Amino acid sequence: MTRTLGWFALAGLVAGLVMAFGIAPRELTQGNVQRIMYIHVPAVWVAYLAFLVACGASIAYLFTRRTDGDQLAHAAVEVGLVFLGLNIASGSIWGKPTWGTWWTWDARITSVSIVFLIYLGYLLLRQAVDDRERAARYAAVVAIIAAPNIFLVHQSVNWWRTLHQPASLLKAGGATMPAILWVGIVVNFIGFGLLAAYFVARRAALLHREAQAAG
Amino acid sequence: MLVERRSKETLNALFFFALLLLFVFQFAVGPDRERLAGTLPGLLWLGFILSGLLGLGRTFVVERENDCWEGLLLAPGDKSAIYVGKLAGNVLLMLVVEVLLIVLFTIFFDIDLSPAIPTLAIVVVLGTIGLASVGTLFAAMTAGVRARELLFPVLLLPVQVPVLLAAVKATEAGLAGEPLAAYAHWLQLLAAADVIYLVAGVLTFEFILEP
Repeated sequence: MTRTLGWFALAGLVAGLVMAFGIAPRELTQGNVQRIMYIHVPAVWVAYLAFLVACGASIAYLFTRRTDGDQLAHAAVEVGLVFLGLNIASGSIWGKPTWGTWWTWDARITSVSIVFLIYLGYLLLRQAVDDRERAARYAAVVAIIAAPNIFLVHQSVNWWRTLHQPASLLKAGGATMPAILWVGIVVNFIGFGLLAAYFVARRAALLHREAQAAG
Repeated sequence: MLVERRSKETLNALFFFALLLLFVFQFAVGPDRERLAGTLPGLLWLGFILSGLLGLGRTFVVERENDCWEGLLLAPGDKSAIYVGKLAGNVLLMLVVEVLLIVLFTIFFDIDLSPAIPTLAIVVVLGTIGLASVGTLFAAMTAGVRARELLFPVLLLPVQVPVLLAAVKATEAGLAGEPLAAYAHWLQLLAAADVIYLVAGVLTFEFILEP
């Protein structure tokens, strides 16, 4: 089951690469650099999706007390952090040639990094609590608080935005992007999403075995 | 709460801390009046959050030190009542310190805040509730954890960024004498954050309080 998911993820990634480098046209002003978008945008979507999954799994854990809920949340946060890190790093690489700087205190960059720090705190907390069951409960509470916080952070973007272009796809009034770019992003999103699901499944299984080994 | 009123332990220390902060701010900003006016909202909230971190972090320390944790657990009734009680105590304590800090600011930096008092009051109350609601929750969490003093701010600060951002922006606009409509959206964000945090806190607190 997990193995099949892995193969699907691989196929999705290949399709995404074909879309990004083969089919998608070269952007006029930015040139090939713009192709970073096919990593940059899907990565952050997948990361936020993972954090939503973590929130849902945490709620489920607190109600049912089945440890697989907690393991799923833990795995989802870790994988989400990897993808969010990918988003920040790729954005930085994209920013250098286009904006002329690796980093700027633009609202969106700042808020994404803050979300990154929040979930880093989640992992720190898990590490600091020795008792497994207690760590699971505390972490679940943090994951539940953190998810609506993403919304607050995003809301602040619209009011505080500076250099970053506003969201081009998910906004009222429809996308302002040519369809071919849009399809490229969605294909990559599906590929990344499958990959993330595969990672989460593997990591959760590993956590499950760790818990069993620890008794 | 009663204990705090009797001993005034935290309040005295926090007051002293706030006074020290003023000196630090003065060293940091220098004598330039315009620079001071520009950084004032940020400085104010920096003072609030620093003293708040100290005060909030101690919320459940008394229970831990005196082995009253089990007492809290055994208390009959809804566990969320403990949360609301602790939260109310924290909000009150923070408000007292914040009012003191504002008064000290006006005296030592020779600024006139009186026209902005209504705005300031709303922003401070909303911001404090936001800080304290998550702070109380996380304080209960970190009270029994290794590296408590370190973990508490590391967890709390990033979560509180929307609250701080909104509070500073609203304070800034209020002090600049802008009409309410110009910064009402920040107040709405603050209020929304407060509601979300409060609901989440009331609902999840019982899971933290388990042994």
